[in-house]
Amino acid sequence: MIFDWNVVWYAMPLLAHGVVMTLQVSVVAGVLGLAIGLVAGLASLSSFRVLRGVVRGYVDFIRGTPLLIQIFLVFFALPVVGVRLPEYWAGVVALAVNSGAYISEIVRGSVGSVEKGQAEAALSIGMTRSGVLWWVLLPQAWRPMVPPLTNDLITLTKNSSLLSAISVYELTRAGQAIIATHFAPFEIYLLLALYYYLLISVLSWASRRLERSLPQW
Amino acid sequence: MVMPPAILSARGVRKAYAGKVVLDGIDLDVQQGEAVTIIGASGSGKTTFLRCLNWLERPDAGTIRIDTQVMGRTGSVVATERVLAAQRRLFGFVFQRFNLFPHLTALQNVALGPRRVLGQGREQAEALAERELRRVQLGEHMHKRPSQLSGGQQQRVAIARALAMEPRVILFDEPTSALDPELVQEVLDTMRTLASEGMTMLVVTHEMRFARHVADRVVFMADGVIAEQGTPEALFGAPADPRLQRFLRHLEPSA
Repeated sequence: MIFDWNVVWYAMPLLAHGVVMTLQVSVVAGVLGLAIGLVAGLASLSSFRVLRGVVRGYVDFIRGTPLLIQIFLVFFALPVVGVRLPEYWAGVVALAVNSGAYISEIVRGSVGSVEKGQAEAALSIGMTRSGVLWWVLLPQAWRPMVPPLTNDLITLTKNSSLLSAISVYELTRAGQAIIATHFAPFEIYLLLALYYYLLISVLSWASRRLERSLPQW
Repeated sequence: MVMPPAILSARGVRKAYAGKVVLDGIDLDVQQGEAVTIIGASGSGKTTFLRCLNWLERPDAGTIRIDTQVMGRTGSVVATERVLAAQRRLFGFVFQRFNLFPHLTALQNVALGPRRVLGQGREQAEALAERELRRVQLGEHMHKRPSQLSGGQQQRVAIARALAMEPRVILFDEPTSALDPELVQEVLDTMRTLASEGMTMLVVTHEMRFARHVADRVVFMADGVIAEQGTPEALFGAPADPRLQRFLRHLEPSA
């Protein structure tokens, strides 16, 4: 077979648009997912049984179902009950809700891994449980959170390719459009893989920088 | 002699873990300004008793009265979390393993309670923290993190952290057991000074010299009860309980 360089040169700038959209979706969904994850993670550490149960159910549901189905639920099923989101926002919401569940587990785990004596020391100077969490446990939990959080944000970025299924014009969708007109799946999918790989490499590098810049003790 | 009402009073304190009885009904009164040491073999329940006093562990039964409050109660009802936290503040607690906050400097460790629990402003809290750190001879180390301090210095920061909350009683849970031998003395000296200043202290310890020379009263625990108590002279000079006699015989070389 012949590798068609022409289609590669043709596709590269077009795919760059897709990269921008992929980045945008990932950043917006990532920020939302972090917010959801932090709130849900803290809720799962609270002393309110009902709140813990709700978070438990949410995490179980997300872990127990495929992301593609979750995307379809948001895009195709929510309109039935009157919530109609455009493709872009349906995709962002689905990704954010999905990653939020995993992030809440990271938050819970990192806070839980802080040595038990820390909470006891804070209680012994008269702090309430929420004070202990806020002033003593969370500040020590940020740093161990960074590596697993990066993993999740990387997963989120890769998962954003599934939004092509609801016609969000991100990187994968952009590639598919070119394949449809130029019949060059080998070249284009290879190129897509390379784009994703570079994107993820940059993310990993940034995460290592962030981790090193966090205070150590 | 008529005794004033005790500042700390425990009645019938019981605690069991998974069916194993650790505390089997403990009564103890501590007077204002008194330094009491609790001695006893490992597993006798000393540490558990100390942790039950400020409700780090919830006792299964019994009452603990500190100053005018009954731990875990507001009048006749169960105390809210907020009330319990405020009651716990009446105790200082010094841990065997220091449990300093590693992400904060010595100064911030001591100032955290005054700031976040007592609601003091930063300057006021740090001025207070500095005073307490000077009191334990650590003025020149106040901007160091715990990891930059020796074990003895860390334990003195922990003592300053407890002092900053102006507790009625300070509980010490084997405060020198995690220290290298050469660092034990500086911590004991600090505690001796506190005792001489009239701080009410309850000290679980294996340091028999401290029990003998600093304590006003020594309590010997065995099998989850107080087996014997009295002045250091009485307890070390003429032990009555056979378990105490055995305990002291085993210690003889170091004591």
